[in-house]
Amino acid sequence: MCYLGTAKHIAFYQSFLVVLSLVLITAPLAMLLGLLAASASRSAIWLVQLPGKIYIAMVRGVPDIVFFLFVPLACDQAIEYIRHRIICSDQTGSVWQGNDFVVCDMAKMPLSSASGWVHDFYGFMLAVTAYAIVFGAFAGNVLAGAMAAVPRAQLETGYAYGMSRRQVYWRILFPQMWIYALPGLSNLWVLLIKATPLLFLLGIQDIVYWARELGSAKTSAYAYPHPDWRVWYFLVLLIFYLFVTWVSERVFSRLNKRLARGQSMLMDSQRAEG
Amino acid sequence: MARTCLDAFQDYGLRAIGYGERLLPKADITICEQFALIGSGLIWNIFFGVLAVMIGYWLALALAVGKMSRSAIFRHFSVGFIYLFRGTPLFIQFFFAYELFVLLPKVGITLDLWIVVIDLETRWLTRAWLGALLVLILNTSAYSAEIFYGGLRASPRGEVEAAMAYGMTGWQRFWQVIWPHMMRLSWPSYTNEAIFLFHATTLVFFTGFPAWRQSGDALYYANYFADKTFNPFIAYPIVAFYFIIFTLMIIALFGWINRRLNRHLPENAKNKLSIRLNLIR
Repeated sequence: MCYLGTAKHIAFYQSFLVVLSLVLITAPLAMLLGLLAASASRSAIWLVQLPGKIYIAMVRGVPDIVFFLFVPLACDQAIEYIRHRIICSDQTGSVWQGNDFVVCDMAKMPLSSASGWVHDFYGFMLAVTAYAIVFGAFAGNVLAGAMAAVPRAQLETGYAYGMSRRQVYWRILFPQMWIYALPGLSNLWVLLIKATPLLFLLGIQDIVYWARELGSAKTSAYAYPHPDWRVWYFLVLLIFYLFVTWVSERVFSRLNKRLARGQSMLMDSQRAEG
Repeated sequence: MARTCLDAFQDYGLRAIGYGERLLPKADITICEQFALIGSGLIWNIFFGVLAVMIGYWLALALAVGKMSRSAIFRHFSVGFIYLFRGTPLFIQFFFAYELFVLLPKVGITLDLWIVVIDLETRWLTRAWLGALLVLILNTSAYSAEIFYGGLRASPRGEVEAAMAYGMTGWQRFWQVIWPHMMRLSWPSYTNEAIFLFHATTLVFFTGFPAWRQSGDALYYANYFADKTFNPFIAYPIVAFYFIIFTLMIIALFGWINRRLNRHLPENAKNKLSIRLNLIR
């Protein structure tokens, strides 16, 4: 039992909290982005409509992993570039010198003198940004589908009563779309949970990192030498994810039943999925 | 020494499968080299995607029928299999499978098939081309089986009963009546599955499976370039470009099949293909 209580194992257990906090922070951000994108894609002004449509469509053609690798790096460089231009405005010349990205020391983000947790926090925030952007696009797909599923006759009735576009949006479309969006959103929640191991790719010390670290063969130099146990650690992760998805599915099926109560329509879950 | 674009493609166009320059470009990386190398990595994505879909299809059919089966053993096995692979992240499945394959005893099995003799060695399972392919096949068959099961349940009952009345055997009934309906009804969702499976192949070389002699997939090389040049704004858009093109090709191919499956129906009853996002891992 002492083996499971070592400092590294405590870090392993804490990394589960990192994963859960990522999910809890990302979910509302992604919802917000998705709502904005879905609303924009229905706009009458094409300058608003086009970016919304492109944002929603981009995750259909490009693997999400590409975004997970691209967004944090691009954000980091964009921030450092802007700081470089402002703080070290006396320096001229490109920041890309040969095979390097060079900004002055003052513009480094975070500063190289900053303590360890600042670096960790910054890395985590970049990861949150990447997840929010990708899942915002997914949520945009689901919500756009849900908005399209709200019966058109209802919207037209609203216009016939002399409501403005804004009124129709807030009083008819917005309250009604959720029942159509729920199956897709519950799907998305499970998806977000299942995407969390990709944190490992972003260099965050998450559960995958610790499972590899703790499971790999330890020589007698360690307090507790053991052969390669990684397969068992990954088995634990598989069970963890299976459990979380199982709980989520049960909660959402309850919620779905509750929301469907009093609705005089056949719940066609397939159609509303985006 | 001016290197032309053609040189870059000759050197790196097939690098991912072991032909051409041994060393990857290190300094003065040109856009042509990035296009060539990332394009050669795409060979692996296509290899994994095509084989996993083609083999996984048959396994998925068996699982879907198994889930519908009256026999409790088949039904429970299918339900459990589908639940296990759909309920866990593909990323962890890769890691787990790789560690499992490493632990397997190093033995060779010889299959004597009268004409040809095949030597199977367990160490091949730790290579991406076989081990990761196996995981992808199992994963896609679980997702596809759930789709086909939906199609199976929605198949018209009256036609099956009519087939029985005509005295068709179970085998005939399945292939001539149920299977065409099942395919037609589930094809739009299956198109999604194929697209996202193709996208998921980019995960392979970021898990335990090592890129042997630096032969990786498109994203592996893009990541290599982004690390080397510290410039993500060229390599990743190239990957995105390639993937958008191939996604459009998949949509064209599957759309053609979809039109064939629906060709006997009047225009308003046809199943339209729409790319929905309900099936990513």
